[in-house]
Amino acid sequence: MKIGVPREIYPEEKRVAASPDSVKQMLKLGYQVVVESQAGMGAQFSDESYRAAGAEIAPDAKSLWDVADIVIKVRPPMQNPDLGVHEAELLGEGKTLISFLWPAQNKELMAQLAARKATVLAMDSVPRISRSQKLDALSSMANIAGYRAVLEAAHNFGRFFTGQITAAGRVPPAKILVIGAGVAGLSAIGTAVSMGAIVRAFDTRPEVADQITSLGAEFLLLTFKEDGTGEGGYAKTMSAEFIAAEMALFAEQAKEVDVIITTALIPGVKAPILITEEMVKSMKQGSVVVDLAAEQGGNCEGTEAGKVVVKHGVKLIGYTDLPSRLPTQASNLYAQNICHLLKDMTKDGVFTVNLEDVVQRGTTVVHQGEIIWPPPKLPPPPPKKPVAAPPPAGHGKPGTPTAEDSRATQKKSLTILAIGGALLGLIGLAAPPAFLGHLTVFVLACFVGYRIIWDVTPSLHTPLMSVTNAISGIIIIGAMLQIGSSSGIVVVLSTLAALLAVVNIAGGFLVTQRMLKMFRKE
Amino acid sequence: MNAGVVTVSYIAASVLFILSLGGLAHQESARRGNLYGMMGMAIAVLFTFANPKLGSVGLLIPVMLVGGGLGAFVAARVKMTAMPQLVAGFHSFVGLAAVLEGIANYLDPSVQHASRAEMFIHETEIAVGVFIGAITFTGSLVAFGKLQGLIKSKPLALPGRHGMNFTAALLCIYLSSLFVGHPGAHTHLMPLLLMTVIACGLGAHLVLSIGGADMPVVVSMLNSYSGWAAAATGFMLSNDVLIVVGALVGSSGAILSYIMCRAMGRSFISVILGGFGVEAGTAVAASGPTEQGSVTSITVEETAVLLREAKSVIIVPGFGMAVAHAQHPVYELTRFLRERGCKVRFAIHPVAGRMPGHMNVLLAEAKVPYDIVLEMDEINPDFPSTDVAIVLGANDTVNSGAQDDPSSPIYGMPVVECWKAGTVIVSKRSMATGYSGVDNPLFYKDNARMLFGDARKTVEAVFVAISAL
Repeated sequence: MKIGVPREIYPEEKRVAASPDSVKQMLKLGYQVVVESQAGMGAQFSDESYRAAGAEIAPDAKSLWDVADIVIKVRPPMQNPDLGVHEAELLGEGKTLISFLWPAQNKELMAQLAARKATVLAMDSVPRISRSQKLDALSSMANIAGYRAVLEAAHNFGRFFTGQITAAGRVPPAKILVIGAGVAGLSAIGTAVSMGAIVRAFDTRPEVADQITSLGAEFLLLTFKEDGTGEGGYAKTMSAEFIAAEMALFAEQAKEVDVIITTALIPGVKAPILITEEMVKSMKQGSVVVDLAAEQGGNCEGTEAGKVVVKHGVKLIGYTDLPSRLPTQASNLYAQNICHLLKDMTKDGVFTVNLEDVVQRGTTVVHQGEIIWPPPKLPPPPPKKPVAAPPPAGHGKPGTPTAEDSRATQKKSLTILAIGGALLGLIGLAAPPAFLGHLTVFVLACFVGYRIIWDVTPSLHTPLMSVTNAISGIIIIGAMLQIGSSSGIVVVLSTLAALLAVVNIAGGFLVTQRMLKMFRKE
Repeated sequence: MNAGVVTVSYIAASVLFILSLGGLAHQESARRGNLYGMMGMAIAVLFTFANPKLGSVGLLIPVMLVGGGLGAFVAARVKMTAMPQLVAGFHSFVGLAAVLEGIANYLDPSVQHASRAEMFIHETEIAVGVFIGAITFTGSLVAFGKLQGLIKSKPLALPGRHGMNFTAALLCIYLSSLFVGHPGAHTHLMPLLLMTVIACGLGAHLVLSIGGADMPVVVSMLNSYSGWAAAATGFMLSNDVLIVVGALVGSSGAILSYIMCRAMGRSFISVILGGFGVEAGTAVAASGPTEQGSVTSITVEETAVLLREAKSVIIVPGFGMAVAHAQHPVYELTRFLRERGCKVRFAIHPVAGRMPGHMNVLLAEAKVPYDIVLEMDEINPDFPSTDVAIVLGANDTVNSGAQDDPSSPIYGMPVVECWKAGTVIVSKRSMATGYSGVDNPLFYKDNARMLFGDARKTVEAVFVAISAL
């Protein structure tokens, strides 16, 4: 099968979907690779280097799209201005396309591709699970965008980032606020810290605090408590109170910091405004705001997508092509992501789509002309502490069964209750009242025990055993009550029993004490 | 003192026992819990002295002194690694005491019955108490032997063992029916004794057919049995405090066994009936550890370098750490790494070791703070962000086959997902399989490095090497 790598035709797009390295890997997988002439120019990959890696060079777009069985691209297909044809039309019937696609925003394009009976894999739709991290082109690009955002900020900022004491005087370090600690945010934090700036970061998801501090930045805490963890590792939309508290924090920070980098994006939603015009006004003259969400409306009031504008003496940077501004790096990583995807989908040298596989199912948005996007939802991550999960009803213990089998369980527990009731009735008919009194105590104690024991922390299970061991030495009372018997043999047996029980009591309690003393906290 | 006061004291004791177990819910309140238990026991015993039915005190005092001294001696001397044996041994005492008291009660001439029904119930209680007591007694003795290494830990797989168990149980019921319900002189001792002997055999056989890896279940199950035995004795003597304690201990042990079974992905019933997993074990021996490719070993020095570079480390201890007494050097190493700013934590599988909570006790003995010792479920999500995982004498609890090999006999058992860390160092004596006899695909993973040798010696060597770097 032939993999085709066309030149990107989007204006100013410098990335390319394959590097000479990735070409070698694709050849190893058993494919042939055709690269359009000049495709790698923007990323500093010459036709010669592709040829050296083993690729064929196609002289123009038309001839490339004609021979390729699988086309790999960066940008979604678009009208080719030179040929006057839409790239979707260039894609041969029943062929495969791998690129960024943004199916939610590009309904028309999806229909167009489906009409071509194509199979389309959208690199932006890779499910965000651990296994698929190596395919995650969005993360690769976000990483670059974060890095580049800091460079753009430094470029537009009139001072050092790092603090210095020079012969001419003291230079204060720049203060940078990063909002959103996703891949891009973390990458920005790391870059800014390494340049010597004082970095603060904010995120609605409390669990990223560790990641932020590990990079050397300060995590800004809101006193307001709300967990913003949403699905797929993205943040979710927060409550109004939370947003108010958050905005107050930003307003306060805006007065202090020199650079703000915003990366707050929730997929498929217009980016939230986090930095208002008021805040921009309150910033120092010459400050810089880099808005990574500019393409989706921006996190900062007044940013314009693709441009640098100056408002109230503050430079607002709204570039939407940050990854493309680091074309070699971006192409290398993207090409690697594509290679990993191909590796997963190649069986014995043949490209196969396995819709049973969660990752391939999520990535494939059009399958042989049929639009299968959006994929069924992934199951949510399991709750963190299933420790106290109740046992099945089979042991006569209460449970919280799932919806689907609750009816069966109900039936089962009803049966158990009925049998139990019948047994109790029989006992009630036959047994003397004294016995029934003891039975009451017994049953209640069982339930008390059941309730208490589930609360015991697992790390104390050994002490629990030794303490229950000790208290089951209470059996000594039985021996004590019988030791005064008139029968000699009873006395002997009871004495022996008492001896055993005492060993148990003393040993059990003391060894528990010894163990518990060892448990200590820091 | 009248009987009312004694009864009230028993109520107080029962409450204290409940508080005692409740106290164990958290580390902070655990010691207080133990204290409540002691108080409860002291009250119950002291007020029993005041019971009008009690005869001679003269015999009891020396017995208590001797027994108490013996218990204290054992408790002070036992090694933490030997905890499972100790607990099993103590269980056998309770079982034997229940048997002795049951027989004594039957022979006691002072016991009179108001009606036939009452006698019937009373003697049934004796039979039940003796039966459970006998099973607990021999079962615990065998468990003790296996844990101590006196008996081979391999399951004894007699042909037709389920049939044997069933027959033995039926025989016990038959003999009990011969024994129960005969008025007049105590002439039916013979069936009771015979039943006791058969129950003893049954108890021993049940535990003999269970393999070493299932010991956590066995120990907690015997814990439960010893409770039920005490409860049955309580019914026999019409004593509520015994019933309460028996029920508490019984349900405690039952819950622990259930937790352990779930942690091993096994059916509770099949384990307590004895002889789970034998089929699985033999089946695997046939397929053998041959197919999987090669393992990569690592030297002590390389380990030291790896650890020096690591930002976060998770240590997964298993029974091997207990055997080698490696908990102290492990903590030395942990402290060293933590002082260098490395985040070190411990991941504990619920059935690591030979009894519930075994690893926690050993680590606590080595003074590892309990807040860096985490349960499997808490720490599993953290492995992908961890640089190095060290598997120390664990095998089945880190078997990746349980997750990705449906043909594995332990498929579906929850395991510590250490292979998701950057590098996994597996400290092991040899390539032998764990108690379940299942080969471990973890060892053949690309990011796994085998560090062969005794756990204690290797950890000490790594510590020396890393200190020298």
